[in-house]
Amino acid sequence: MLILTCPYCGVAADETELTPGGEAHLTREAPGSDDAAFEAYLFQRENPKGVHFERWRHSYGCGKWFHAARCTQTLQVYGTYPAQTSAPPQAICDKISGARPGWSWRLFG
Amino acid sequence: MSEIASVTALNGARYDGIVEVAEMPLQGMITLRGKLGAAPVKNAAIGIGGVDMPDDGMISVQGDRAIAWMSPDELLIFCAYDEVGVALTAMERTLDGSFAMAVDVSDARAMFRLEGAAVRDVLAKLTPADMSVQGCPPGRMRRTRLAQVAAAIWLTGETTAHIVCFRSVAPYVFGLLSTAAQPGSDVGYY
Repeated sequence: MLILTCPYCGVAADETELTPGGEAHLTREAPGSDDAAFEAYLFQRENPKGVHFERWRHSYGCGKWFHAARCTQTLQVYGTYPAQTSAPPQAICDKISGARPGWSWRLFG
Repeated sequence: MSEIASVTALNGARYDGIVEVAEMPLQGMITLRGKLGAAPVKNAAIGIGGVDMPDDGMISVQGDRAIAWMSPDELLIFCAYDEVGVALTAMERTLDGSFAMAVDVSDARAMFRLEGAAVRDVLAKLTPADMSVQGCPPGRMRRTRLAQVAAAIWLTGETTAHIVCFRSVAPYVFGLLSTAAQPGSDVGYY
């Protein structure tokens, strides 16, 4: 069971109060992008055993979307942060580095 | 045209078990969305709610009036059911020109009250929310789910809990609460 703290309302919400929104920090390939980039945007997702960044929606609460950084192997939650960002905050990256030195995830790490 | 009198979803249904479950009478409820720090939004809320602005995640209650913090941009304001029309007009005047919206949701909601020493245990059977004294002290507005439907829960004391849910699921929620409150099903955890 996963408990994530919503960064907007501060509620420690159970997984069942949230709606999963898939991978975080995707870049939408705009019209004019090449087919390979658009295919990657649509279909190619990370499936790591370890550090992962996800989107979640606090659907049985304040209704806001947020991001979560967690480990898929140990279920450790490194932190949650608002969705209005294209990269995880430094504090969360530092926390991940403390728990898993040398981690990397897409462009981050 | 004859006037059709408003009724609650369950006509004031009651159940007596390890706690007393009661559907509340018609309650005026106004959803106010906007920037909660903005003066017109605060004034509109306080003018109708008649209580102080609640802190984040909390509810301020005074009699049948209250202001509940629902999300960073949403308040739920409680007032008398037959005052809602007048209240909305007054709020719209206060909000004039600001980026905010007030809507009457009284008839879209049902309200229940739980009374008894085991209210925390009864609710904890139905919700994943932390119902301990630290997790849900009186005055905290916890939006969560009861079994399969959304609900908002708050306590006004150690033996009184209030629940707001959608009116369309009122029979389901009443069934849930009654089942969780069946005699002999006391958990005694909290």
